[in-house]
Amino acid sequence: MNTTLHTAQTWLEEGRDVALATVVETWGSAPVPVGGHLIIDGSGNFAGSVSGGCVEAEVMARSEDVMASGKSELLEFGVANETAWGVGLACGGRIRVFVEKLG
Amino acid sequence: MQKDTLKALLDAQKKRRSFVRISPLAGGADDLVSEDHMPKDHPQASELAECFRTGRSKIVETPGGEVFLQAFLPAPRLMIIGATHIGQVLVRLAREVGVEPFVIDPRTAFATKERFGDVEIITKWPGEALGNLGLDRRCGVVCLAHVPDIDDEALEAALKSESFYIGALGSNRSHAKRLERLKKKGCDPDGFSRIHGPVGLDIGSVSPAEIALSIIAELVKTLRIQNGD
Repeated sequence: MNTTLHTAQTWLEEGRDVALATVVETWGSAPVPVGGHLIIDGSGNFAGSVSGGCVEAEVMARSEDVMASGKSELLEFGVANETAWGVGLACGGRIRVFVEKLG
Repeated sequence: MQKDTLKALLDAQKKRRSFVRISPLAGGADDLVSEDHMPKDHPQASELAECFRTGRSKIVETPGGEVFLQAFLPAPRLMIIGATHIGQVLVRLAREVGVEPFVIDPRTAFATKERFGDVEIITKWPGEALGNLGLDRRCGVVCLAHVPDIDDEALEAALKSESFYIGALGSNRSHAKRLERLKKKGCDPDGFSRIHGPVGLDIGSVSPAEIALSIIAELVKTLRIQNGD
């Protein structure tokens, strides 16, 4: 957690756009606990994680909009969700991820 | 999150202060609440108190919609008493699970940079070293010196503190003798159940690395289950 936020601060100091994604709720099996962080910059570099790799790509895609508009978004992924299967959340869990712009 | 909020959170972690960040999930301004200055009449006072106690983050329903309470507690620390072979492995395993290790041993022949690399090594007696560092409720103490004078001094300090984890290497027999000594020194026997001795989860450890693994597993268990982190 701290390492990812430290990296975020470094990126901000370097003048990069940064989005912060936080796991805010989990149900069932979830490899990253509530409070877990993923950060993404404007060029698609990322650090940390919000899942075992299942939904990172989708979160990164949505974070582009968040960085552009500055408006936060609440994303939900789960087995009942077609998109989630599309991006491969096959572990049987469900998670909600809050994505916001940093800085 | 504003740049200043991020900086405040990272500074607080460095100073070992606990904060909760309150973020409205529908968007809108966030808020930081410090454990040291929590307003008693805060609408989420009981949920905030729980966050500070357990370190668990959670969503709370409010009249204004869902808010996420994220706990930012100081990183757990592990005071390793005795710069031994087990201690060498323990330093590496502690770091892997996000625990900051310190090595304390007055025997300068043991506590060397050559053996331990870039970890903070304190070549003082445990009483003084732990007094300087300070033991808060996010600190663990594990005694590995196997020298009663060194280990007992650290245990006395740990028992007086709020340390979440206290462990001491040695068999059931040597542990019983240790408790006798601590009693003679004036330690309150009511606190003896806080000491994990023999130290570590029983996974049949044989080598120093396996013992270090059993200790770190026990520490994680205490942090996550007993303390509800």
